Amino acid sequence: MSSQLISGPWPWYIAGPAIGLMVPLLLFVLNKSFGVSSSLKHLCAMCAISNARFFKYDWKKETWNLIFVFGIFLGAVLVAEYVPSDSLVGISDATAEKLSGMGITDFTGLMPEQLFSFSHVLSPATLICIVLGGFFVGFGTRYAGGCTSGHAIMGLSQFSLGSLVAVIGFFIGGLFVSWIVLPSILSLI
Amino acid sequence: MKHIYALLLGVLFGGILVKAEVVSWFRIQEMFWFQSFHMYGIIGSAIAVGALSIWLMKRFGAKSLSGEFINPSPKPLHKKANLFGGIIFGLGWALTGACPGPLFALVGSGYGIMLVAILSAMLGVVAYGHLKDKLPH
Repeated sequence: MSSQLISGPWPWYIAGPAIGLMVPLLLFVLNKSFGVSSSLKHLCAMCAISNARFFKYDWKKETWNLIFVFGIFLGAVLVAEYVPSDSLVGISDATAEKLSGMGITDFTGLMPEQLFSFSHVLSPATLICIVLGGFFVGFGTRYAGGCTSGHAIMGLSQFSLGSLVAVIGFFIGGLFVSWIVLPSILSLI
Repeated sequence: MKHIYALLLGVLFGGILVKAEVVSWFRIQEMFWFQSFHMYGIIGSAIAVGALSIWLMKRFGAKSLSGEFINPSPKPLHKKANLFGGIIFGLGWALTGACPGPLFALVGSGYGIMLVAILSAMLGVVAYGHLKDKLPH
């Protein structure tokens, strides 16, 4: 039991409140609103990859956000290095069955190897999931003005109407892909 | 010092994201297929804790470490941008199985391939930066 507590997935009632505590921690320590996706914009501004007016601002004032996302990366490195984790994600049997039926055979790790690995990087299914999917994440979060952190958690914590509209949008897009598009993508594997 | 705090908070958040399996593509499909309460419980209880703590901080006039009153400004309402941008992000969330935080966490978890997704996301931001004035907000 105790080893399962460490290696297994944290239950929602531990993980959710822990994520929620990021809101007051960031406000108290840095007086900043919780959010991740604007870091993508600051990365673009820092690398000066575009001369659009959108990127003409002092990104150095947002350094905390870039350091915060570097911390996210580092936190994952530390977990991978020092915290034992189950080789299988604790998804429901129904999900595993449904994915098996669509051609996913390898359930080890956090993501299916058949889609997310360098050895499949040029396969159409991988390109759609990573390259097109990544593009949508960047474009959509900037257009919507936030992501799951900034809108779903920080925004809804403030009862912001715009965030509610955005989160409804997240689910319209996500449900459309998972229910309608994903079977066709997986058939390309 | 502030930078060290930002780093530590990021490490904490990244560690939680991985241990909660929020970064898993499998979990995201499970969520959109309504086959587990896990993700909904996490998002819902995170909002409850966030909302309660903001209310408490305002109610008692809490100050940040730097001595300023804590009063986060709400995000502005842009109905069309929130909806259309939200839908586009939702497509990407289900395809990559990751929102922006998890993208960085997955690279740390050993999925170097997700650097390609991050570069692609940056291209998406650049595309938005160029098209912004032509899009409905």
